[in-house]
Amino acid sequence: MAKAPDHNGAVNRRGLLTGALRAACGAGLVALLIAMPAHRRAVAVALRPPGALPEADFLSACVRCGLCVRDCPYNTLTLSDLGDGPSLGTPFFNARNVPCEMCEDIPCAAACPTDALDKGLKDIKDARMGIAVLVDHENCLNFQGLRCDVCYRVCPLSDAAITLEVQHNVRTGKHAMFIPTVHTDKCTGCGKCEKACVLEEAAIKVLPHALAVGELGQHYRWGWKEKDKAGEALIEDNLQLPIRGMENGLPSSELKGFKP
Amino acid sequence: MTRPGANHAAQMGWFAAHKWLLARRFVQLAFLAVFLTGPLVHVWIAKGTLASSLTLGVLPLTDPMIALQSVLARHALSLTALTGAAIVLAVYIVVGGRAYCAWVCPINMVTDFAAWARARLGIKETITLDRRLRYWLLAGVLAASAATGTIAWEFVNPVTIVHRGLVTGSILGGSALLVTLALLLFDFGIAARGWCGHLCPVGAFYGLLGAKSLVRVAAVRRDACNNCMECFAVCPERQVIAPALRGADKGVGPVILSGDCTNCGRCMDVCSKQVFRFGTRFTPAATQVLKGE
Repeated sequence: MAKAPDHNGAVNRRGLLTGALRAACGAGLVALLIAMPAHRRAVAVALRPPGALPEADFLSACVRCGLCVRDCPYNTLTLSDLGDGPSLGTPFFNARNVPCEMCEDIPCAAACPTDALDKGLKDIKDARMGIAVLVDHENCLNFQGLRCDVCYRVCPLSDAAITLEVQHNVRTGKHAMFIPTVHTDKCTGCGKCEKACVLEEAAIKVLPHALAVGELGQHYRWGWKEKDKAGEALIEDNLQLPIRGMENGLPSSELKGFKP
Repeated sequence: MTRPGANHAAQMGWFAAHKWLLARRFVQLAFLAVFLTGPLVHVWIAKGTLASSLTLGVLPLTDPMIALQSVLARHALSLTALTGAAIVLAVYIVVGGRAYCAWVCPINMVTDFAAWARARLGIKETITLDRRLRYWLLAGVLAASAATGTIAWEFVNPVTIVHRGLVTGSILGGSALLVTLALLLFDFGIAARGWCGHLCPVGAFYGLLGAKSLVRVAAVRRDACNNCMECFAVCPERQVIAPALRGADKGVGPVILSGDCTNCGRCMDVCSKQVFRFGTRFTPAATQVLKGE
C-alpha cells in the first residue's frame, strides 16, 4: 500500500510508484486470465485418437504428455491449445486438416503410458473415432445426380463403411442418383472422406458418436426383425369373428358373397 | 545490507558465490534440452512432457501427483504409468522432494526472475499469503479429482502447460505464454514468491515428500554465523532456515528438515562463512568450528 505522506505533506513518491505498479500488475493478470477463455473460436469438430476412452473416462486417464502425438507418423494429432475446443493439452485431430491414416500397428495407442488410448484395440478397423455424416444434401454433388463419388472411393473401408445407394433422380425424371451412405457399424471416423470432399466446405463431416448417432428406446423393438428372429409373427393373426346377421354376406344383391 | 552474496563474492570470487545457482540453471536447461533434441534435430532423448515421458525408448517416468489424481479419479492406471511414478517418487525421496521445484520445473526460472527483479528494484510491498495455502489447494485438487473423475489440476497446471508449450513450440503464442506472463505479473507485482512459495499444489506435493527425503541442506557450521541475514534474503522459503540455523540452544538442527526447502543451494552461494552445505537428514553439526572465525 502507498505509504503515509511525509513531513512536508508531499505524497511519498516510492509509495505511489509501487501502488501503481501493483495495480498495473493486477490489471495485467486479470486481462491475461480473461484472455484464456476469450480465445475460444468456432472450429471444426475435434476428434480423439483411435482407441480413446469415452470422453469422461478419457479425462481421468489422459495426462496430456503428447507421446501419442510424437509417435503419429502422419502428424495427424496435436495437443489442444486455447480455442481448439478439447480440454487444454489433450490430443485431438481435425479430419479436414489431416485425417487418421489408420496405421495397422496403431502407434499412437501403443505409445500411451496411461491406457487413455486403449491397447485392447487390436484391429484399427474396430476404432470408433467418430462417425462420418453426409450433413449437406443440398451441396453434395452426388445428391444432384452427378458422379463425384470421392468420399466413397477414398474410404479405407469402401463398400462397407460407405456404400452408394441408387435412387431415382426426380429432377431429370430419367436418371439415377448414387447416394453415399455411411454405415455406423463399419465407419471408424478416420475422416479421409471429409478430407477428400471436393467442395469448398466438406459436405460429409466426421462427428463425435454422440452427435452423429441416435439411439432407440430401450423398450422399442423393430417388429419385422423380431419376426425374422422368431421365424413367425410374435402376435397371433387377427381373430376372424363372424358378424351377426351377415353370415351369408351382405343382404344387398350387388354385394352378395362379400365378407369383411 | 549489501546485495546478498557480495561479501562471499569479494572473498572467493563471483563464481564461488553463484556456483549452485549456475548448476541449477544448467540442470534446468539440460532437462529442457533432452525434450527438445527430438523435435528440433530428430535425436530423441526424452519424449513426452514432465507429466509423463519415455527416455531413450526404455525409461518411463510419470509425475506421481498426476498419477495419484488419476487413481483418485478411478482410472485403472497402466503398469507403465505406475512404474514411472514409482521411479520418480524413489528419486525425489533421495534427492529431496522439492528439488523438483528448484532443479527441474520450468516455472522456477520465471518466478526466480520475478524475485530477482523485485530485489533489484527494491520492491518490498506484497500481499501476505499463508504458506500453508498450497497444502489446502493440494487437498482441494485431490478432492476435486475424486469428485469429478478427472485429473483435475491438469486443466490449469502452469507447470505442465508451460513445459508442454516449450517442448511443442506453442509457447510462442498459446496458453503457455499467457500462463508465463500471468505468473510473472503475480510474483513481481502482487505477491513476493507468491506462486512457488505459497500456492502451487505441485510444490506442496513434492514438499510432503521432501519432509521425509534423504538429501537436505544442513547448517553444519552454524557456530560461525555472523547474522548477516543474507541467506534469509535470498531463500525462497525463508521460514525453513531459522530452526536449523538458530536451534542449537534447543537441540534442533543443524539439518533443514522442513519439506518446504527446495534444496536450491542459494544459501550456500551467498554465505561468506560457509555455514551451509548439502548433507543428509542425519548430518551432525561440525564440531571443530572456532568461535569468531
